[in-house]
Amino acid sequence: MKSEDILRIAGEEAERQKAYRYRINVCCSSGCIPFGALQVLKAFEGAIKEFGLQRECKVSRTGCVGTCSVGPVVLIEPGGYLYQNVTPKNAREIVRSHIVSGEPVRELLYANESFFKKQLRLVLRNAGRIDPFRIEDYIAVGGYSALIKCLTKMTPREVIDEVIASGLRGRGGAGFPTGQKWNFVAREKNTPKYVVANLDEGDPGVFANRTLAEADPHAIIEGMAIAAYAVGAEKGYIYVRAEYPLAVQTLKEALKQAKSMNLIGSNILETQFSFDVELRLGAGAFVAGEETGILASIEGRRAMPRPRPPYPATSGLWGKPTLIQNVETLANIPLIILNGGRWFAKIGTPKCTGTKCFSLTGKVNNPGLIEVPMGITLREVVFEIGGGVPSGRKFKAVLVGGPSGGCLPESLLDLPIDYESLTKAGAIMGSGGIVVIDDESCMVNTAWFFTDFCVDESCGKCVPCRVGLLKMRNILERIRKGEGRLEDLDILFELGEYVRDVSLCGLGQTAPNPVLTTLRYFKDEYIAHIVDRRCPAGKCFKSQEVVKEARVG
Amino acid sequence: MREHNYQKSALLEILHAAHELYGYFDKHLLAHIAERLNLPLSHVYGVASFYHLFKFRKPGEHIISACMGTACYVKGVEEIISAIEREFNVKRGGSTPDGRLSLFVTRCIGACAMAPNITVDNEVIGKATKEVVLDRIRRVLGG
Repeated sequence: MKSEDILRIAGEEAERQKAYRYRINVCCSSGCIPFGALQVLKAFEGAIKEFGLQRECKVSRTGCVGTCSVGPVVLIEPGGYLYQNVTPKNAREIVRSHIVSGEPVRELLYANESFFKKQLRLVLRNAGRIDPFRIEDYIAVGGYSALIKCLTKMTPREVIDEVIASGLRGRGGAGFPTGQKWNFVAREKNTPKYVVANLDEGDPGVFANRTLAEADPHAIIEGMAIAAYAVGAEKGYIYVRAEYPLAVQTLKEALKQAKSMNLIGSNILETQFSFDVELRLGAGAFVAGEETGILASIEGRRAMPRPRPPYPATSGLWGKPTLIQNVETLANIPLIILNGGRWFAKIGTPKCTGTKCFSLTGKVNNPGLIEVPMGITLREVVFEIGGGVPSGRKFKAVLVGGPSGGCLPESLLDLPIDYESLTKAGAIMGSGGIVVIDDESCMVNTAWFFTDFCVDESCGKCVPCRVGLLKMRNILERIRKGEGRLEDLDILFELGEYVRDVSLCGLGQTAPNPVLTTLRYFKDEYIAHIVDRRCPAGKCFKSQEVVKEARVG
Repeated sequence: MREHNYQKSALLEILHAAHELYGYFDKHLLAHIAERLNLPLSHVYGVASFYHLFKFRKPGEHIISACMGTACYVKGVEEIISAIEREFNVKRGGSTPDGRLSLFVTRCIGACAMAPNITVDNEVIGKATKEVVLDRIRRVLGG
């Protein structure tokens, strides 16, 4: 196939879709499927047939719209009518009233406008709007035209310059400038070179990357192909968690379709450029998301990080230059190529351009998947988009950045979300998890939970992480049981700083964050546990008593 | 199953395939893989035991997995797990003596907006409460 063929398919598909009067998009992502989305999809197809509307209506299975707490959700276009908690039964009612009579079923509509108001959906531009299993859907909305533009009109150097101009930084958490990384790999002489897309979203409570892959897998693949063209790579791997079966399925199918259209493979669109992509499954190891850990895992070994340098850009997979990017970073690339780096740089803040996807969960009224411009404040995210904590409860803290992020108190809610501000406050951007904690949760207990997670996930290679975290967990355990001593707090702090400063990889360097931030912002709770032998949230000692009771009984 | 050309680097892929087929690893299975790939058994065991997804004991007839992601934890999944442990005399990570029920604590399943989530035989119960979950398990075991 040539690039003209792709553009022709795009035109034809767009025409075909225009012919439909209505488009019914049923969200079938991992958030909605457990609650019956596939049955709802079937019910819509059945109802459309029953009313004889096949020519006017297109029912599609799509990815996530974002309002995951009211699933299954259904989006009807035109008009952007979003229905919530749809069941197979009211699917028929929606078709009868909305499509046949032209009257939307008001009481089933999602009425919460504030959820979308402050969002800016760029990476998730297609989420919930296209069928991830049909490459034609993606092409019809301009998909792969960025790749075509690169291959036909731009040199690899120009592509890299555009990415540098955009100011895009790695979305995996560390925030390294993407264009600069491409530069490093591009100038290496050693071949072959590799591109690795990181979809090992191991953080519990984070599902932004998964949702992206489920909703718009081709955006990731297109971003990868452009990156490969820019740095001169010929082989790519997408490393995805095996715990994400649907994402594995969408990516597998997407790769197959992209190959059949010659958008991946040898001599792509009859140019000199060849690039092949394979899927690799993770098997449940948090540390495999670390960039040298992921390489070891792809090579079939234990995912243990190694010291850097040499950086993967010089010596990565099998000792060859390797570009590793988070999938969200890659999904930004087609937009930057099409609209220009300068356009992208205007979004967000001068130092942190663009948007960031977050999974917003915990004790908020509107949990779900959101995408916001960089620089937005935590207050806007928690209270405007998230709608605040459920009534009767009081906001206590917000955990930003997953299990190795930091717990920030109310006084820091006006902090803008960007890499530097978060790091200064003791949190991290991480892969994009925001968990809201209310006064029902105990901060000591929360710190224990995350430390316990990191102890379990520590690969055990370097001493500070393996031993230091274990010691920290044991001290927290003691405090939880009411056996803490005041000097424990100093030891915790000292150990935490030590583990943070001398660990080998990102896991150890960030793992003490929950302890350090809770010590910094919620010290009174620790003191209440130690001095008064009392848990302000009523969590810690109570659970111990229950255990005691059970033993006596 | 051996479509990976006996490549050593495909070990993880092969482990995946074997795990899917048998549901868990025993010594013979790992030894067989090691032999065919010409790798030391210690290496194969080392890689397999590194990853949480792989199980080394035969799971029970009915499987309950409780999500221990952050959102589920904050929303009180711990209490539900303790309740299951008490009522059915099963420890997390283990099975009942009669092998009818296994209780696993899993990493985030990613339905965090519906937290807490408990999966009973592949069916997810979202916004789970102690009562609903215990009742479901009783029914599964009874029927």
